[in-house]
Amino acid sequence: MAAVLAMVARGCGGVWRRLRQRCAVRPGSGPFPRGERAVACNARGGMMSAGKSGLTPWIPVVGLEIHAQISSNSKLFSGSQVQFAAPPNSLVSFFDASLPGTLPVLNRRCVEAAVMTGLALNCHINKKSLFDRKHYFYADLPAGYQITQQRVPIAVNGSLSYSLCIDNKMSQMVTKTVRIKQIQLEQDSGKSLHDDARSQTLVDLNRAGVGLMELVMEPDMCCGEEAAAAVRELQLILQTLGSSQAVMAEGQLRVDANVSVHHPGEPYGVRTEVKNINSIRFLAKAVDYEIQRQIEELGNGGTISNETRAFDSKLGFMPEPNLPPLILYDAKSLPANMNHQQVINIDWIRERLPDLPSVKREKLVEQYGILPEHSFTLLVWQQDQNCNSRHSNEDGLPEFFENVVKQTQMKPKKVIGWILNDLLSYLKQHSLTVKESPVSSFLLADLLNLLEKKEISSTAAKQVLAELWKGKGKTPLETVKEQKLELLQDQKELEQICQAVIDGQENEVMAIKAGNQKVLNKLIGLVQKKTQGRSNPVLVKQLLEKKLSE
Amino acid sequence: MGARLLGHALRSQVSAALKEGRVTPTELCQRCLALIKSTKFLNAYITVTEETALKQAEESEKRRKRGQPLGILDGIPIAVKDNFNTAGIETTCASNMLKGYISPYNATVVQKLLDQGAVLLGKTNLDEFAMGSGSTDGVFGPVRNPWSYSKQYKEKSVPKSHSEDEEYNWVITGGSSGGSAAAVSSFTCFAALGSDTGGSTRNPAAHCGVVGLKPTYGLISRHGLIPLVNSMDVPGILTRCVDDAAVLLGSLAGHDPKDSTTIQDDFKPFELPDLPDVSKLSIGIPKEYHAPGLSSEILSLWSKAADLFKNAGAKVVEVSLPHTRYSIVCYHVLCTAEVASNMARFDGLEYGHRSDVKDSTESMYAATRREGFNDVVRGRILSGNYFLLKQNYEKYFVKAQKVRRLIANDFGKVFGSGVDILLTPTTLSDAVPYTEFIQEDNRTRSAQDDILTQAANMAGLPAINVPTALSERGLPVGLQFIGRSFQEKQLLTVAKWFEKQVQFPVIQLEEAERHDNGVFQHQKSASFS
Repeated sequence: MAAVLAMVARGCGGVWRRLRQRCAVRPGSGPFPRGERAVACNARGGMMSAGKSGLTPWIPVVGLEIHAQISSNSKLFSGSQVQFAAPPNSLVSFFDASLPGTLPVLNRRCVEAAVMTGLALNCHINKKSLFDRKHYFYADLPAGYQITQQRVPIAVNGSLSYSLCIDNKMSQMVTKTVRIKQIQLEQDSGKSLHDDARSQTLVDLNRAGVGLMELVMEPDMCCGEEAAAAVRELQLILQTLGSSQAVMAEGQLRVDANVSVHHPGEPYGVRTEVKNINSIRFLAKAVDYEIQRQIEELGNGGTISNETRAFDSKLGFMPEPNLPPLILYDAKSLPANMNHQQVINIDWIRERLPDLPSVKREKLVEQYGILPEHSFTLLVWQQDQNCNSRHSNEDGLPEFFENVVKQTQMKPKKVIGWILNDLLSYLKQHSLTVKESPVSSFLLADLLNLLEKKEISSTAAKQVLAELWKGKGKTPLETVKEQKLELLQDQKELEQICQAVIDGQENEVMAIKAGNQKVLNKLIGLVQKKTQGRSNPVLVKQLLEKKLSE
Repeated sequence: MGARLLGHALRSQVSAALKEGRVTPTELCQRCLALIKSTKFLNAYITVTEETALKQAEESEKRRKRGQPLGILDGIPIAVKDNFNTAGIETTCASNMLKGYISPYNATVVQKLLDQGAVLLGKTNLDEFAMGSGSTDGVFGPVRNPWSYSKQYKEKSVPKSHSEDEEYNWVITGGSSGGSAAAVSSFTCFAALGSDTGGSTRNPAAHCGVVGLKPTYGLISRHGLIPLVNSMDVPGILTRCVDDAAVLLGSLAGHDPKDSTTIQDDFKPFELPDLPDVSKLSIGIPKEYHAPGLSSEILSLWSKAADLFKNAGAKVVEVSLPHTRYSIVCYHVLCTAEVASNMARFDGLEYGHRSDVKDSTESMYAATRREGFNDVVRGRILSGNYFLLKQNYEKYFVKAQKVRRLIANDFGKVFGSGVDILLTPTTLSDAVPYTEFIQEDNRTRSAQDDILTQAANMAGLPAINVPTALSERGLPVGLQFIGRSFQEKQLLTVAKWFEKQVQFPVIQLEEAERHDNGVFQHQKSASFS
């Protein structure tokens, strides 16, 4: 890395320009020196100020290869359990260890997961797909080859729509589409650890043979943000389907990005691969960094070389002779006399697909009149939380919201505020999942009902909520009573308090009388303070106005 | 047919003797073990499992005493080629790579035999990883053909001089299942498992004068068979007679959930008719099997056999399998490619031999494989890797697959034209002396010897060697029948009819006769009357 560039981007349209201004990099700076992240993707796709122009623009091209670990009880071709963080080599069958004479037996669940995923991503499902051996010589690949689907994969020609915000504003979202080239079933490898001190290699085969779906996304993206948004949506879809838990931190979703840059009208540049990306945030950064690096390298008269390619095996593929072609059926082709346990019916799976995130969001917007960006927050947040949750697609934030709406008279548009502001910030702060929330949807609805019936003020409601978080098993009403947070129903008492405030604030009263109505809010606040939030601000305002006009 | 027990057929005599209590499983087992010891010079067995065999025999005896045998195989001593996994018993593939390797599981076929009460005597010798056609290229040394020591051979083979004794004249068994063929032929067991990828069961069966059946691909599970070429390997059955082969087939065939390439349906065991009828059949004589190097003796036997069928009323027609001549070169590509892939797992990490060379992981791999595999295996891996190179794949592997399809289609056309069974020689000649055999390298030998048997593997068809006659040198010669896919019953019926016609002589082996005193001494042979 020779220099740090300030970039001006015409984002996802997407032409990037290289500027001449440079500054030296401090020695020892990390891969993402401060200030360099000025590069941003502009989802509007419009031409931004070109700065010191006159330089040839660059178009970045980003494609992704994603390995999603299939959520299944057992491995792709053996009966071994699939489990994260089990003791080393405790989940290894004879086949996984490639004992001579063992044969692969395809796991039906993995096939179903791939079909579901293919359908959800608008793929064509191949009714006949084939398995191949791909040869490598690695310690963590015991057989010396990986069983994959090179020639005819299970699903092809799909697409994924994803949304991202313009300029980081939630209110300005655009929807884009990336083509899915194919989804193939394949085996995961084991893990090897190199102990340099003792010069030994330790191999753990627990992961060897776990089912993966390799998804190949066409190079339809042009910056880190787009890649990140696409992966985030994919993650959400996989979790909704249950076909993968897709937790990046646990390696259930592994993303490799192919990055190249070229001038408009010219063929694509040499690709480099950014591998082993283990978080979405890092994906965006790594892709943008690589784009910048390439632009700079080329700008300096250098060339891009593909280092990872050099390690590619020269050995090719071979059909896996121990697995017959994988045949899938649909309602039309299903043979009448076939045992249903032995066949997979694509139509049957299609009919049972759950609502996909995009549909869920639309429904939320339509049914409850909430803003589209709020629907995104509801769903996306659910996914983030799944990092800690095993049963990801059940009882998420949208369901919590819907449950509250069902149990309260408050309008959904108002409820969403309580969910997104109060509930969410509390859960985030305490790293809790929705399920782990000390306040159930029932309790929150109860509380909001008190508010809606004007039995408490919203200030009091927040106080009650703060009490409820402590999870002492009290109902909102009990808490209100205990802390005497009910609205003052006694008008006389309230009038007296109002009078006392007026009497004590001569200057303010003068200002109001002189026509500065804004000062009235201060008086209302004082009354609220005196009543400890137990007064209805609307009523207080009326009383104050009445008294001031007397 | 001799009047002694060990030389008898399993189905007709031995099971009856067991049933009637004229012999106990333990006695039978002990006699076989004794014979194995006295014929040790044959080198048929790599491992003899005396202790467990006697235990199994004891269990069998208890069941038989209770009147609850597990079936016809209960108490019958059998042997298994040493490329089938056997739990707790060494499985070596006659290779340094797996010397001392003890598998934690049983191959499905082994498990099925044990579940039916068979007594496992040991593991039989072979060419390393079943790569060969002589049973001469294993790390435990060559197998000697029992017929080398028979009265029949000794009488007819003229010693070149007095100084050149038996040591010089002994003949090979053929391979690669030579240990299994020799074991059955020398009466040390009643049936044995072999494997057949290009003829490895039928070829030694022909040279050792026993029945060798290669069933249809997919009829018997390969789970636990250490693979040579997955798409062609089939567990093979070696027995004294065709009826016994049917018994073994019935006990082994059918779907195995552990082998996805086995048939989905259950297999119904069958018995062969006592008086098979071939008059309504059409027997095909493929002209391409009149191969260069076919001995005139065998050619004449082949034509005599055709006449036997003609005289019995069968239709005998000449047919053509034009692509068979490409089978050797096609097999070479497909076999070595799969070998290269299958052998990749032997890296010294999880199991098997691991070299002491520890300079780096790579040097450890290289040394392990150099020390573990013989030249033949390494040579095939090298060629296979060449064919699998990205730039060569289309040129060789894909082309070979297409040729394979053509070879298979030839059979389809012939059977489609109304031919029921093909009749061919199994080998080009009778067994040659070891000293002569090793003049040629393994590859040349395999290419020559597999020529008549390999096409059936390419097409996945069932085929069987039936011992037919003795050659002028007093050595066995067999003929091969090839049937339609999954039509084993028809194939074996024809084979049984033929077996009855030819009355192949029993081997006269001094060692066997010495150990086979007894049970039938006062009883005339009842077989093949």
